[in-house]
Amino acid sequence: MLAFARLRRAAPFLGLLVFTALWDLAVRWTGAPFVPSPWEAVQGIVELAQRGLLLKYVVASLFRVTWGYLLAVFIAIPFGIALGMSQRAEATVSPLLQLLRPISPLAWIPIAILWFGVGDLSAVFLIFLASFFPLAVAAMLAVREVDGVHLRAGLNFGMPRWQLIVRVVLPSIVPQLIVSMRIVLGIAWLVVVAAEMIAVSSGLGFLIIDARNAGNRYDLVVAGMLLIGLIGVALDLFMRRLERLDFVRWGYLEG
Amino acid sequence: MKFGATDVLRDIDLSVREGELVCILGPSGCGKSTLLNIAGGFLRPTAGEVTIDGVAVSGPDPRRIFVFQERGVFPWLTVEGNIAFGLFRLPEREQRERVAHYVQLVGLAGFEHAYPRELSGGMKQRLEVARALAVRPDVLYLDEPFGALDSITRLQMRRELLRIWNAERKTILFVTHDIDESVQLADRVVVLSQRPGRIRRVVDIDIAHPRDLSAPRYIALRDTIFSEIGLAHQV
Amino acid sequence: MRAQGSGLGARITLLAPAAAALVAVGLWQLAVVLTGATIFPSPFEVLRGLGELVERGVLLSYLGDSLFRVMAGYLAAVVVGIPLGISLGWFPLLGSAVNPVMQMLRPISPLAWMPLAVIWFGVSDVAPIFLIFLAALFPIVVASTNAVRSVPPMYLQAGRNFGLSTPRLIARVVIPATLQPIVVALRIAFGVAWLVLVAAEMIAVDSGLGYLIIDARNAGNRYDLVVGGMLLIGMVGLAIDALFRLAIPGNSRST
Repeated sequence: MLAFARLRRAAPFLGLLVFTALWDLAVRWTGAPFVPSPWEAVQGIVELAQRGLLLKYVVASLFRVTWGYLLAVFIAIPFGIALGMSQRAEATVSPLLQLLRPISPLAWIPIAILWFGVGDLSAVFLIFLASFFPLAVAAMLAVREVDGVHLRAGLNFGMPRWQLIVRVVLPSIVPQLIVSMRIVLGIAWLVVVAAEMIAVSSGLGFLIIDARNAGNRYDLVVAGMLLIGLIGVALDLFMRRLERLDFVRWGYLEG
Repeated sequence: MKFGATDVLRDIDLSVREGELVCILGPSGCGKSTLLNIAGGFLRPTAGEVTIDGVAVSGPDPRRIFVFQERGVFPWLTVEGNIAFGLFRLPEREQRERVAHYVQLVGLAGFEHAYPRELSGGMKQRLEVARALAVRPDVLYLDEPFGALDSITRLQMRRELLRIWNAERKTILFVTHDIDESVQLADRVVVLSQRPGRIRRVVDIDIAHPRDLSAPRYIALRDTIFSEIGLAHQV
Repeated sequence: MRAQGSGLGARITLLAPAAAALVAVGLWQLAVVLTGATIFPSPFEVLRGLGELVERGVLLSYLGDSLFRVMAGYLAAVVVGIPLGISLGWFPLLGSAVNPVMQMLRPISPLAWMPLAVIWFGVSDVAPIFLIFLAALFPIVVASTNAVRSVPPMYLQAGRNFGLSTPRLIARVVIPATLQPIVVALRIAFGVAWLVLVAAEMIAVDSGLGYLIIDARNAGNRYDLVVGGMLLIGMVGLAIDALFRLAIPGNSRST
């Protein structure tokens, strides 16, 4: 039994090892001209660091994602809450939201360029768009799930409406909202990379396109992909820590 | 207090004296919860009215607090936070004093910083009672508060409720479907019929507390209610 | 707390959004006129642009291409993803081993795979189909894995009690028990696939709705076609999502 428990803990590392080994083997056997081996990809990361590009590109991408995401958080969530509290407002606005939601943020690129030109502002706008819809809908749905018993208790104690929102509705939706925020952060990170492939000239997404265009440096392409993956995992882990706060944890346990 | 309503409830005419503990008893669906909601101002009767001390009841009010089953407790606040919830209009010091007092009264001392998820069902129920009492209401409404608890805890909770009621005499309106519970707790038991709920009978329980569950008078009164509801004595 | 109005029924759900749509279109027209925008199109220009595309016979063929690509990638993801996810959920060791690899790959935008996809599949329909496959794969696998893990142990115990062998157990207990969450994930995965399709078509192909948008801008700032394309994307995405919702019983509310 003890051996099994140890195997259980080692499993993730074994999985990564196996994956890396398979990758390496695949490259060697198929003799693919451009696809780099794991080692070459790592060397690519080192090279970027040496050229001083690593930090610069990572910061650029993070910067865009942070701005667009936070803007969306502070606009979409109150908006969603307002929709959730009024059935009429929701019935009116929701179809418009549903129509705009399936439109990939990237489809907004021409509009973004028209309004904001080619550059950071466009990218931030795209991140904002990508984060806005899912966050607004999540907030709206979360408000609907607030326990009626809790609302009644608040009313019973003679709370004025705005206090009811702050002291009952908001705390009630925090657990669900934090999970949605984590998922949307993941989406924002995806979109920033894609946006950078098209509309700007720095950042990890740009790196991937540029590395290929300017000399078929596929080792840098894959290096960029690895970095993107790592940072994405880090962001996700960071958000998960928020889920452990006492003020949030209550929402994830049974009874 | 006078009540009057139709459809779900019919021809309800009831007066409750201050400091009384009245049980509303009836089978499922007879409208007893509806009656409670009307009394508390959460529902408007289609006919008739509710008055407290001569003033008509028009909506929820902190002078009349509902106690639900333990799920009414706020899971994101500690025990202290929950009890202090309704005290937002008071200065801080008084809030703290009241919280301390009621934590003691309901027997949750030592758990002030615990979250509801760490408490048992009975403890959560006591927390909800403390929260209700903290605002010093005139009336308490309890809607089958012990329904989610196991039968042993229920017996303990009934004793707790009576103890608290002795310490702070409130008017209590208590809805239950449990005949024993009503006879153990109430000064008067209002027996409702099936829907539409009518008052079949009001039984005065004239036994002093603490009530002996094997005493003949207790059994006699209980039997009265059993037969009123139309139940046989054997399973 | 919610606006408990009477008569809030079919009337509101049809009337209010229709009214809101009219208002939105009206505001749009007004904004274009007031700001004297020359490039950003008015509603009428968009309609005319779309009409032009229909006349040229291009609209339907682009739509068809897009639908074909998304369906191919999506179905591949379903066929691969569900069995894979179920296996990962059923064998916890396997799940723990594969999990870190998946967590690393997941934040990498499908678009970032584009250079590799082009190497492997060349410039053809297969590259975007591969991207869509990747994009839809992750949510399906994750949801299937979680669904299997959430099957109440009681059910499995009951199954074993009645003497079911493992394959029978999976077929008669696990699959029905996981059907609901998996179907929900299928719907969400399609939404993701649709989003990625548009992005993918902006880079590597020469037909389809995504291509339409980029091309319309590049080949002469035809923003009427850009916006028209966006609206089409939104509507088709919404329509397919509605089909999903119809097909799934018991999933009443929007989203």
